[in-house]
Amino acid sequence: MTIERDIIITEVALRDGSHAVRHQYTVEQVVNVTKALADAGVPYIEVTHGDGLAGSSLQFGLSKVNDMELIEAAASVAGDSKVAVLLLPGVGTLTELKEAASLGAKMVRVATHVTEADVAPQHIAMGKELGMEAVGFLMMSHMAPVEKLVEQAKLMESYGADIVYMTDSAGYFLPEQVTERISRLRQELKCEIGFHGHNNLSMAMANSVAAIKAGATRIDGSVRCFGAGAGNTQTEALIAVCERMGIKTGIDLYKIEDLAEEIVAPLLPVTPTITREAITLGYAGVYSTFAYHAKRAAAQFGVDARDVLIELGRRQVVGGQEDMIIDVAAELAKGKTVASK
Amino acid sequence: MAKLKAAIIGSGNIGTDLMVKLGRSEHLELTAVIGIDPQSDGLRRAKEAGYAGVDTGIDGFLADPTLEADIIFDATSAKAHIYNDKVCQERGIKMIDLTPAAIGPYVSPAVNIDEHLNKNNINMITCGGQATIPMVAAINRVANVVYGEIVATISSKSAGPGTRANIDEFTETTSQAIEVVGGADKGKAIIILNPAEPPIMMRNTVYALVEEGKMNEQAIRESIAEMEKTVQSYVPGYHLRTEPIFEGNKVTVLIEVKGAGDYLPEYSGNLDIMTSAAVRVAEEFAKNTQKETV
Repeated sequence: MTIERDIIITEVALRDGSHAVRHQYTVEQVVNVTKALADAGVPYIEVTHGDGLAGSSLQFGLSKVNDMELIEAAASVAGDSKVAVLLLPGVGTLTELKEAASLGAKMVRVATHVTEADVAPQHIAMGKELGMEAVGFLMMSHMAPVEKLVEQAKLMESYGADIVYMTDSAGYFLPEQVTERISRLRQELKCEIGFHGHNNLSMAMANSVAAIKAGATRIDGSVRCFGAGAGNTQTEALIAVCERMGIKTGIDLYKIEDLAEEIVAPLLPVTPTITREAITLGYAGVYSTFAYHAKRAAAQFGVDARDVLIELGRRQVVGGQEDMIIDVAAELAKGKTVASK
Repeated sequence: MAKLKAAIIGSGNIGTDLMVKLGRSEHLELTAVIGIDPQSDGLRRAKEAGYAGVDTGIDGFLADPTLEADIIFDATSAKAHIYNDKVCQERGIKMIDLTPAAIGPYVSPAVNIDEHLNKNNINMITCGGQATIPMVAAINRVANVVYGEIVATISSKSAGPGTRANIDEFTETTSQAIEVVGGADKGKAIIILNPAEPPIMMRNTVYALVEEGKMNEQAIRESIAEMEKTVQSYVPGYHLRTEPIFEGNKVTVLIEVKGAGDYLPEYSGNLDIMTSAAVRVAEEFAKNTQKETV
C-alpha cells in the first residue's frame, strides 16, 4: 500500500536530539524510538551523532555508542521507514558513508556551510553510487544573501542532490524571510526543496508553514522539540497543523503524539524550553549547538553565556567552530580582568 | 659555503610563495620554477626574478642540460607527483612533496626531520598537520598522549579547489600523522572552512588526552612553550592564542597562524606554514649535506 504524502517529514530527534542528550543515546533507546516512529508512519528517521558521521570527538562531544551500531540497530527495526544519516565533509568521510550504507542507511544528507557547497560533490556522488537518496544540506543559510544561497543550492543540485535543504541552524529566520528564500529556490531549482528549522525564537512552526506554502516539500521536525538549542519544529504539532491545512503527511497524529509523550519525553534530561541562551542563538545568528558549550565555558571563565554567544555571532563563526567558544570566553574573561583593574 | 640547488614544480600559489621564500634562504639556491602553462603568473614572476621558467613540465627541466637541482619541491597534485618522483629519483634528486601523494614519510621539521635526513622523498602532511602535530608531539614527549584530536579552521578564501575536492584526504592524512609523527596512540582531525570577511587567520585547536596518572601540568606547559619557539623559528606568525587549558587529563591548545604575507595574504597561514615547513626541511637537508662534505 502506498501512503499518500503531500510533504515528506524527516524526524531528527535521533540526530539533532543527540545534542540534547550530549550524544549519550543507547542502542535500546534508538530501537524503541525508531520502532515507534516507523509505526506512526514517519517516512525518514535520521540517526547519527549530532555533528554527523564521525562527529564523536572532544570538539563536539564523544558518543556513548558508536554511530554505526546505532544506525544498524535503527535500520533493523525501521520497517517501511528509511534511516537517514548526516555527513559534514571535513568531519565525516566516504569511509563512514560506505559503512553506514552497508548497515542499512538509505539517505545521506551532506551538510556544508551555506557558502561552501563545493566540498560536497564527492559525498553526494558516493551516496548516489551506493543507491542512497542524496540531500544537499545548506547550513546557517541566514548568513548568505539570497543570490548566494540560490547559487550554492544550484551547485548541490548539479552534484546530483535529489533534494536541497535550506537549514536555519541558528533559528534566526523570521517567516517572511523563509517565504522569500524558499520561493526563490523553488523557482530556480528543479529538485525538491526542504526546510530544517530551530525554535530558538519560537519561529520554527511559523517558518515551516511558510516554507511549505512557498513550495518546500521536505520538512524536518523533532518530537518534543528534541534538538539542539530550543530544538526543532515540534513534529507532533506539525502533523496536527498540516492536517488542519489539508496537507497529507502520512503520519498518524495520535501515534506520533503518544510516542512523543511516552517514549521520547522520558529520555529528555530537561524539558525543552526557550531559555535565555536559546533566544540569544536566534537573536545573534549562532549555530544552535553552541548554547550548551557557551554555558559551560561561561561558567568556567566567569562570564555571561549571552555575551559569549553575541561575540561569536559578531565574529561570523560557523557551525563546527565549537573551539572558538572557549577562545572567546577566555578573551572576554581577560577583558573583564583588565577592565576591573 | 656552497648552497644546495633547488627547483619548484608548480607555478600556482604554493609554488610562487615557495619561490619568494627560497629567495631568502642562506642554504638553498633556487634555479628554476617548472610549470606547464606558459601564460601562468607564477612563471612570469619567476623569470622576472631571474630564475629559469620552464613551461614544459619536469621532462622539459630534466632535458635541459643547463638546468640542475639537488632538491625539488613538488606543489602539483598527488597524481602528478607519482610521475615527478619517479623521474627525479632516477637522477638522484631529492623530493619534497607538498601534495597528498605521501610516497615518502610524513615530516614536521619541528618533530622528526632528523630521522629522515637520509630519505629521498619527504611528505609535508597537511597544513593542519604542520600547525598542530608539533603540539601533540610536545605533549607526548612529557606525558603519553592516548588520544590527539585537532581542529583546523581556515578562511574559505585560502582553501583552493584541490583541498575542497579532496577534503577527506585532509582528515585522513592528518589523523594518521597525529599518530605516526605526533606520537598519539589514536588521532583524529577535523577541518572547517569559514567564509567571514575580512578573512580569518588560520586557527587550530589541539585536544590531547594524556594517560591516566601521567599529567604533569608544569612539564607540559614548558614543553609546549619550547615547541612554540621551535615552530616560530621557521613560521614567525605561529603563536598560542592563550595559555594551554588543563581539565583532568585533557590539555587544550589554541593556536593561530598568521602568514608571512610573501606571495599569499597574511590570512593564508595555512599555506604559509606548508611552504615554510617545506623550506625548513630542505634547509636541514642542505646543512646535513654540507656537514657530510666537510
